[in-house]
Amino acid sequence: MFPDDFRAGVRAALPSLLGLVPFGLVAGIAAVNAGLSPLQAIGLSFVVFAGASQLAAVDLLAQDASLAVVVVTAVVINLRMAMYSASIAPYFESLRRRWELVCSYLLTDVGYALSITEFADDEGTSRLWYYLGAAGAVWAIWQLATIAGVFLGTGIPEQWNIGFAVPLVFLTLLVSEVSDRPRLVAALIGGSVAVVGVNWPLNLGLIGGALAGVGSGVLVDRRDG
Amino acid sequence: MTTDYGPLAIWAVVLAVGVATFAIRYSFIYLFGRIDGVPPRVEEGLRFVPAAVLAALVAPSIVDPGPTVVATVVDGRFLAGVVAALVAWYTDNMFATIAVGLFALWTFGAVL
Repeated sequence: MFPDDFRAGVRAALPSLLGLVPFGLVAGIAAVNAGLSPLQAIGLSFVVFAGASQLAAVDLLAQDASLAVVVVTAVVINLRMAMYSASIAPYFESLRRRWELVCSYLLTDVGYALSITEFADDEGTSRLWYYLGAAGAVWAIWQLATIAGVFLGTGIPEQWNIGFAVPLVFLTLLVSEVSDRPRLVAALIGGSVAVVGVNWPLNLGLIGGALAGVGSGVLVDRRDG
Repeated sequence: MTTDYGPLAIWAVVLAVGVATFAIRYSFIYLFGRIDGVPPRVEEGLRFVPAAVLAALVAPSIVDPGPTVVATVVDGRFLAGVVAALVAWYTDNMFATIAVGLFALWTFGAVL
């Protein structure tokens, strides 16, 4: 039942609204504050569709950093998506080219995390429809939130810490993902390296953590098996 | 601070970052769709990507290493993260986890 899987994907994405909306508002406000026109700010959000790199790009533009630095920084922040691409690719192998392109454009932290845990859990789900529901909902929420940020400015007080909802989304998925010892080790090592590397430039703590986690998971798996 | 760059430079940045980001997203989806399946050694590693990435995304938001172990643990975000993890473990419900986690963060924030 394809439309059912689409709706299931949308439903799965809804709780992350809480975290995505304030983040998107901030991205929209920051772009306008940096001197981008509303059209440029919305264009950035539609074309790039990756929050952390959008924030980095407008921050560096505001400081009049060289254009090469702006582009390289924003792109390196998105390198983690190569891992998502590799991890989710086996599930997309049978897709037509145009759906591969659509799915690639929609690939984000939240969309990836929601879909990969569902795919690993449930063989019967339509990959394409579930993914389009989850990643498409993230896309729609993100665009609406940044547009609102561009035109309205912020309304949510900082002290509410609504942004904490985003790591809680990942935490929920993480808990269901840690199903055996190698995965637990991968999570512990990945998380530890990411904490140590939190101040490394260009988001390299996240990439280093993920790679260290995968490496240690493979090692433990080989020793156990 | 606002940028001194003109519209042309800004649109060039938008386009360059957008195209490069799309290429990163499409890279392996393209590759694995063209070669015959995923190599077994790669597949072995890919099984651990979700756990490793999710942990690397979560950990820096809840663990803020302090000068001592006590300072690290007695921290609103860390304690709220532990409470939320327990809720996730027992309920497997994302909305409940977020609701309890945020409420715990506000409570610990008011108390600590």
